[in-house]
Amino acid sequence: MSANTNALDPAASAATQEDISAEISSIHEDYRQQLLAGKKAETQPRMDFAPYRSSLLRHPTKNLHHADPETIELHSPAFGQRDVHALESDLTIQHNGEPIGERIVVSGRVLDGDGRPVAGQLVEIWQANAAGRYVHKRDQHPAPIDPNFTGVGRAITGANGEYSFTTIKPAPYPWKNHHNAWRPAHIHFSLFGTDFTQRMITQMYFPGDPLFALDPIYQSIADPDARDRLVATYDHSITSHEWATGYNWDIVLTGSNRTWMEEEEAEH
Amino acid sequence: MKKAPELKLVPTPGQTVGPFYGYALPYDKDNELVNQGHPNSVRLHGVVYDGKGEAIPDALLEIWQADEQGNVVSREGSLVRDGYTFTGWGRTAVDNAGHYTFTTLNPGATEAGKAPFIMLTVFARGLMNRLFTRIYLPEDAEALASDPLLSSLSEAERKTLIATREDDGSLRLDLRLQGEDETVFLSYPRES
Repeated sequence: MSANTNALDPAASAATQEDISAEISSIHEDYRQQLLAGKKAETQPRMDFAPYRSSLLRHPTKNLHHADPETIELHSPAFGQRDVHALESDLTIQHNGEPIGERIVVSGRVLDGDGRPVAGQLVEIWQANAAGRYVHKRDQHPAPIDPNFTGVGRAITGANGEYSFTTIKPAPYPWKNHHNAWRPAHIHFSLFGTDFTQRMITQMYFPGDPLFALDPIYQSIADPDARDRLVATYDHSITSHEWATGYNWDIVLTGSNRTWMEEEEAEH
Repeated sequence: MKKAPELKLVPTPGQTVGPFYGYALPYDKDNELVNQGHPNSVRLHGVVYDGKGEAIPDALLEIWQADEQGNVVSREGSLVRDGYTFTGWGRTAVDNAGHYTFTTLNPGATEAGKAPFIMLTVFARGLMNRLFTRIYLPEDAEALASDPLLSSLSEAERKTLIATREDDGSLRLDLRLQGEDETVFLSYPRES
């Protein structure tokens, strides 16, 4: 079996990077024209984004149906100390030895669309190790597994929505979307708000990654300002002396519906 | 209904959950909102399909629901289940055949006359952003008929949101991300 087998992903193609990049450029150019014609800027990825081949059969073709949120949708599950131990936010101390790689601290705040901190909520992260390998049985990339690094962390946000993880900087890794496809280094983030309608999963990237322009997952966000919102900032005030470099990344969830709907209810 | 107020900040974009969440997001008893031995336990299950009608083996689902009395509970302990506390929230990765199972309770109506439903979120490799939908219980025909969301849908669309009650009491609802019988997925105010 050759190293470029598509066996892991039936939707993968033998397209070249040039093919994929041309498709991305064409979609982005259409979007630019839409903006010039006065259409509202997009804030989210396209659900239907052909350069990411696995999206072809997995996106809804009908428009999302508008729903006025009701009771359960206006609340979120509660997580706390019982669910998450304080040490789970340090991904470098989960085994007997020190993991290999560049130690980093990633800190920031979780806010809602009104700018309010999301306090006491669960943040989950997972990532590849310093060689670009995930501890997942389906990851067959021939890079070493680090016995001292699993790459999974959890935290509960503080009173101001703040979180902080100590980890190892992940490396880029190859995938099967097209020939010679590489993902920019990223950390997966899973987030909860105060309403379950704010639930989201996303990926945080590192500044200046040369793979950004080539990556159909990152580029599925047509709007350049929106793409920038997934990129952390190097922050020397988070960097600590002789220990770890620091990155800041704030996350904004959609708006809560509970407050304004309750206020409206009260007016009646 | 009053128009939702504008957001002050622009939301961060979502991204696909990718293929490698399996060692990170699932956890022990993630899909057991109650023990299987609970006298009122109900199996909620189904299969997640793609646009070709093929089962998706790498999707992750979460449910969030009221308790049997229709109360929205706010209790810690979803990640470390003690076997007694109903937290209303659960998560499961589908199996290799795209099949999901939760062990839960029938949610009660959150207000008299309301149709009880379970909120569902879908994540998958190849799915750029999460999808939201509702799983309605099939029994209360009158409440279903007067439900504002269901009333705004065609008969065929409505069917994609109402679970079937199987002979053993299980609730069954398949999800179709794309195609002829595509599940109705929802958007809410204040997303941008």
